[in-house]
This record gives sequence, structure tokens and C-alpha cells, in this order.
Amino acid sequence: MIKAPFDVATIRSQFPILQLPSERPVAFLDNASSSQKPEAVIAALENYYRTTNANVHRGVYQLSEQATFEFERARGRVALFINAAHHREVIFTRNTTEAINLVANAWGAGNLRAGDVILVSQMEHHSNLVPWQLIAQRTGAVLRAIPIDSQGRLVLDDIDTLLQGVKMLAITHQSNVLGTINPVTDLARKAHAVGALVLVDGAQSVPHMPVDVQALEIDFLAFSGHKMVGPTGVGVLWGRKALLDAMPPFLGGGSMIKTVTIESSTYADVPARFEAGTPMIGEAIALGAAVTYLMDIGMANIAAYEHQLSAYLIERLDEVDGVTWYGPPVGADRGAMAAFSMTGVHPHDIAQILDSEGVAVRAGHHCTQPLHAALDVPSSVRASCYLYTNTHDIDRLVHGLSKVKQLFG
Amino acid sequence: MSDMYRDLILEHHRYPHNFGTLDPHDVSQEEHNPLCGDRIRLDLRIVDNKISEVAFSGKGCAVSQAAASMLTDELIGMDLDQVRQYGKAELLELIGLPLDKNPVRLKCALLSLKALKVGVYRYLGQNIETDELD
Repeated sequence: MIKAPFDVATIRSQFPILQLPSERPVAFLDNASSSQKPEAVIAALENYYRTTNANVHRGVYQLSEQATFEFERARGRVALFINAAHHREVIFTRNTTEAINLVANAWGAGNLRAGDVILVSQMEHHSNLVPWQLIAQRTGAVLRAIPIDSQGRLVLDDIDTLLQGVKMLAITHQSNVLGTINPVTDLARKAHAVGALVLVDGAQSVPHMPVDVQALEIDFLAFSGHKMVGPTGVGVLWGRKALLDAMPPFLGGGSMIKTVTIESSTYADVPARFEAGTPMIGEAIALGAAVTYLMDIGMANIAAYEHQLSAYLIERLDEVDGVTWYGPPVGADRGAMAAFSMTGVHPHDIAQILDSEGVAVRAGHHCTQPLHAALDVPSSVRASCYLYTNTHDIDRLVHGLSKVKQLFG
Repeated sequence: MSDMYRDLILEHHRYPHNFGTLDPHDVSQEEHNPLCGDRIRLDLRIVDNKISEVAFSGKGCAVSQAAASMLTDELIGMDLDQVRQYGKAELLELIGLPLDKNPVRLKCALLSLKALKVGVYRYLGQNIETDELD
């Protein structure tokens, strides 16, 4: 029996969308794609527009000063959340994708040369692949990928060879399909030993487990607000201050400058240098509220609960004939999600029938075409949990799958 | 249960009509949807501007495969002008699925129609000299 270190029923009651009056409330199992939002986050967003709305870092009037204070306070909360050495190491971006593009461009353009290697893995989301391909095309650098084994883990036997010539290791902390949690610290030490930097895609890890950027010994971390009970439109790039200080701007415009003449400009210090234009003020403030919400519950508690959900999800999927799930067996290196196939039924058909049963899952390639090529399936169905998921949601998934079997069996 | 999976769709998915390939053929057109991996190949034999034989092959979701199966039944004996008139509305009526609010699945349903249109227009383009410029 699952015993959560917090009251899941109370947590659920804090999410308005889970309280909508309905004959059949939705079992929301697409959290790897985007999470639901608690009242505290919605209230913070609304409160900003109702009481504090003004541009930041500009006005000398009170409202602008208040907005600036709240915006910078959110930055501080995020810094605390990931144990950044300094709040100036936290840059607000639109999302994980933009954060990775920022590093690929601002760091890559000046540091990558023809023949340099960018090491990724077979399990990367397109957002940690395509930005590197684009900068590789411009600089002559090449991409190399760490392969995966049949259990969806990185094959690290030849890591020393794979690291030869590497200038950047760009790797996901947790796979958005396999659920695999990668040994980021071990990899970072090996990468640093050959003089490479390490960027971690934390889109799937930061919402679900304690992430301490200093303990991980990494150089850059990218993640999205909307997957961690925060709003859409805001994400974070964290980077070591010395590295950020040495990087030229990514986007040019207002806010990111010191002085401007017609011919040239000098640039602001970080983080402002990387936050051109009016930022997502309300969303960043609401992300601050999301971080506070998660910290109040405790990331270790969330991870412990989700670990039990992970075991329950796999146990129940194993009861369904014809289901093949991907990724490592239940253990410390597997998150609470499962991508799976069902013999003879296309993933879109499975997802559609589950939808008619009130179960929301994702079907497709989940932005990981190279991974699906390695799995040798064009697409899969993915069920992914979060702190408000309960065993009943998973039971409804399994019941829905029995309907699929009835129809297609 | 979902309207999407009424008996007719499942029946065509399980036992598709006109499944296979034609060799020789006058038209062979393959289309796929990279989003989900659905794939349809449509082969036609054309005599006097009319479809005399049809076959499809491919794999994918029930909607894409059943729609292709139903469409091929319609095509036998159809002349190419009728093919040009035959569109999305006709196909949706044929398969009887409520897809107007479901753009993702609409793509599944329309994959075989796309193969038909692309294939026939290409055939017409290639035969323009013999047909109209003699």
C-alpha cells in the first residue's frame, strides 16, 4: 500500500482543475508534458495583474519598484530551490528550450571550433539536440551520442573514448520517455576531466526530485516552469557565474545594455545581459510561488511518493497482456512515468480510447525521434505522474487499457 | 465507448479491403505522418481516365487504415475528374467519424486521401502531353 509523506487528498484539493464538477473527472497522466497548477500559483499570477502590474527595472514610481521587488524575489526563490551559489546565476527564459538555445548560441559561437565534439545521448529530447545541431552547422563542430542499452540506460563502457575531443556534454537528467535518471555527477566529473563543460536538461528532474546544482557538479541547468506547477512562458537557465560573465548576449534589446550608441553597445551584467526586453514578469513571480509551494511540501517527500507511484504503475502495467513498457526496472534510477506499446494497437488508438474513458495520456514520439528509432517503434503511449497523482488514476489507466483490449483483442 | 471506434472502423481495420500492391501500376503514391508513423501506399491502375484497379498497403492507427480501406472501395470505377472533386467532406461522410474538433486524428483519416490526390495529380501532370497536346 502506498503511504505518502503528505496528504495526497489535501494536495489534490489545492488544484482547481482536479476539482471541476464532472461526471467523470479526468485522470491526468500527462504531467511530463505539462503539470496542473495549484491555487497558490494561480493567485500569485492574478494578484500580480490585479495589484502590482508595472514594468520592472525602469520606473521610479512605487508600482514599478514593487513589481521589480517581486520579480527579483522570485529569482531568489528559484536560486534557493536549486541551491545556486548566487541569485545572479538564475536567468529567466521562456522555457527549457530557450535556455538551451541561449547556451548553444552565447557559449557555443565563441567556444566551438571545427572538429570540436558536442556529446549528447540517444535519449535526448529534441530541445537538447536541435539547438546543438544548429550551432554545430555554424561552427563546424560535430555531435556524438552516448548509446542506450535494452533497459534504457546509458551505455558508459566506452565513455572515455566518447569524451575524446568533447567541449560540451549536453545531457538529460531524466528521460522524458524512459524515465531513466542519469548519473549526472559521475558524467560531469569525467567530462570536466577532459576540459568539457556540462549542460543538464532538468525539465523532467527539477519538478520531481531535489536538484542541487552545486552537489551535481554541473555547469548549466535548464528547466521549465510549467512542468513544476508553475505557469507557461517562464523557464530557467542556471549557469556558473564565471561562465555566464564570459558569455556574450543571446538576444539584443532593452534591459540587456549599459550604454548604447548608434554604432555599438556595452552590455549589462548577468543576469540582465541575457534577459533582453520586458520579461515574463507575472509568470516569473508565479514561478516563485510554485517553487515555494513545492519547497513547503519538500522535494524529497515528493520524490519518495513518486517512487512508490512508479512501482505501482509498473506493477499494474505488468498485469495487462500485450503491454511492453520501456526503460529501466523499478528502482532508484527510474521516475514515475512509463512509455509503452500494446501488441497490435497503434498508440493513437490507445490514447483515444483512454480519453473516452477520462484518462489523459500522451501518444506520439514525445519529441524523441532518435530514441524511438533506437526502440524500433514509431511512437508510444506515455503515462506520467506527479505529486497529486493517486493510485486511483493509475487504476483507471489500467481499466482503460482493458477496454482497448476488448475493442481490438 | 468512443464514437471513433464503432464497429465499421474496427471491421475495416481488422479485415481491410483491397489490401496489397499492384504491379504493374499507373500510380503508386506513399504518404506518411511523421508524428505517429502512420504510412499509406496507394496503387492505382488507370484505363481511359478511370480507376480500374486499386490497392493500398501500410501500417498505422485504426483510423488511418480503416479510412484507406473504405476509400479504396469508393475508388473502383471512379473517373479522374471525380477524383478531383472528391475531397475531405466526402471522405469524412464516408467514414462517418466526428473529427471536426480533432485535428490530430483528422490527419490520420485524411492520409489515404492525400496519397490519392498527390498520386493522381502527378499522373495527370505526367500525361498532359499525351492527353491534351496531341
